[in-house]
Amino acid sequence: MALLTVKNLTKSFGGLTAVSDVNMAIEPGELVGLIGPNGAGKTTLFNLLTGVYEPTTGKILLNTNGKEREIQGQKPYRICGEGIARTFQNIRLFKELTVLDNVRIAMHQNVKYQMLPGAFFHTPGYVKEEERLKKEAEELLDIFQLTHKKDEKAKNLPYGEQRHLEIVRAMATKPDLLLLDEPAAGMNPKETAALTQTIAQLRRDFGLTILLIEHDMSLVMKVCERIYVLNYGQMLAQGLPEEIRNNKLVIEAYLGEDMNA
Amino acid sequence: MEIRQMRKRNTVIALILMIGSFALIQALIMGGVIRSYQQVTLATICINIILAVGLNLVTGFTGQFSLGHAGFMAIGAYACAIITLKNGSVAGFLLGILAGAVLATVFGILIGIPTLRLKGDYLAIATLGFAEIIRIFAQNLTITGGAAGLNGIPKFTNWPWLWAFTCLSILLVNAFIHSSHGRACIAIREDEIAAEAMGINTTKYKVMAFAIGAFFAGIGGALYASTFYILKPTTFGFMKSIDILMIVVLGGMGSITGSVIAAVVLAVITTALQSFSELRMVLYAVMLVAIMLFRPQGLMGDRELPLPSEWKNRRKKQPQSAAE
Ligand SMILES: Nc1ncnc2c1ncn2[C@@H]1O[C@H](COP(=O)(O)OP(=O)(O)OP(=O)(O)O)[C@@H](O)[C@H]1O
Ligand SMILES: [Mg+2]
Repeated sequence: MALLTVKNLTKSFGGLTAVSDVNMAIEPGELVGLIGPNGAGKTTLFNLLTGVYEPTTGKILLNTNGKEREIQGQKPYRICGEGIARTFQNIRLFKELTVLDNVRIAMHQNVKYQMLPGAFFHTPGYVKEEERLKKEAEELLDIFQLTHKKDEKAKNLPYGEQRHLEIVRAMATKPDLLLLDEPAAGMNPKETAALTQTIAQLRRDFGLTILLIEHDMSLVMKVCERIYVLNYGQMLAQGLPEEIRNNKLVIEAYLGEDMNA
Repeated sequence: MEIRQMRKRNTVIALILMIGSFALIQALIMGGVIRSYQQVTLATICINIILAVGLNLVTGFTGQFSLGHAGFMAIGAYACAIITLKNGSVAGFLLGILAGAVLATVFGILIGIPTLRLKGDYLAIATLGFAEIIRIFAQNLTITGGAAGLNGIPKFTNWPWLWAFTCLSILLVNAFIHSSHGRACIAIREDEIAAEAMGINTTKYKVMAFAIGAFFAGIGGALYASTFYILKPTTFGFMKSIDILMIVVLGGMGSITGSVIAAVVLAVITTALQSFSELRMVLYAVMLVAIMLFRPQGLMGDRELPLPSEWKNRRKKQPQSAAE
């Protein structure tokens, strides 16, 4: 049974239909690509999946812990709790906070001490839990070799590492499904190659399901097992990378862009 | 440093500072250096620290701009005054403080739930409106003495009590800031959308911060009532909220030591210029403009006062980060 099912999902902004009657199904453990020209509605689809926007019509079904439920229109923090985490196209780190705090904040929903007495009185339970948070955060930061920068402010990291930190932060919420919005944007080919490997490894090590928006075709074609193509808010095509590469409609939509890059 | 070690170190430092400040001031009082006139300044400093630390949690740490802090202070003040006027014992005083704090918290939650949906200017205006409503109620209710206010409130505040409540407020807010729940509040200030996407119920934590801020404003108000014998509704007007906000901004949004330092500095300046009250207001204004121009992040920014040992670390780190 699919982990995520999207049924006839539509989102209109006034007269503009940014996402139009979209259907999707993502199986557990898949690494799926979501591509499409600028303004196709990819980020809007992510915002619908994560509760930033309420859909105009349609359903989103999530199936974790063996029960399927509708999650459309729920608050983002609830959806995060249900097991969907994301990164943002325009990096949204907690800039003035340390790398470590960025990750620890994302662990908040699984913290075991309460506000009273734990948070106010720093009980033994607080100490134990804070030690766990720090240890687990450092382990996660290790994925991108960021552990030695844990005390630096997030805004002082180089651009590429900020993107990495956003992935680490999303991982800290313990997701079943990870949504990455253009994780390789602004990276050079070498950095992109390294990121490709890390994403593939993440999925293996954590048994994750990943949905990935990316403009870099080489990355998409290399790591994704299946690809969805959005165009003007509609699902234009879906299939294996080779199928998408040779799909007439897709080539037309991307007219002028090199699909074989 | 490991969390346990750091905790041990911080506890030792806090104890030294607390006991040291208590002993020093107590000695100055007993030695006759701090006389009853200056004790009023001392009380003002302590009360303002309590108020500012609470407001800092709301505005500095959680990023919610509130202009209604005087409203919560008024609730605490009147609650404590009414109770101690009925029961003029230490037990009554402590009960008054507790009642004031709890009542202010309840109002904090009730006001917070509808208003914290608003952002920035709108929130500021809504909280301002709330404080005005409280003041108008105080002006018109019989139990609060109407426009004349309440007189002859028994005085219980002395240095030990003020010291105890000030330390308690600083320690509790500081502990909260350094917890996962406190970090959740700070995340809201940094980026509300990202915080929500990372699983933080932002509405809940905004209301929580507001309620905690109100709790300490209630304590501050109660101590105010017990220090100054009389309460008048006009005390808790717009300017009082601005006074407290100024301490927070001047000290640095998101710095507890900044709030403490600013509360002391402002009280000392105010006292020194007592006999030139017009000049005082001008100087106040000039100082505020100057700070906003030259140090908009406030005296401390969002940092805490570094310890000597941290200075060493900072110097060691610098060449390394310059090389990157
Ligand atoms: N909050 C909003 N209000 C109005 N229109 C919006 C809003 N969000 C997105 N849109 C519009 O919806 C359309 C799809 O935008 P979206 O950001 O989802 O595209 P995208 O596929 O992510 O593009 P890109 O590749 O450039 O990131 C665009 O025309 C955009 O202007
Ligand atoms: Mg986008």
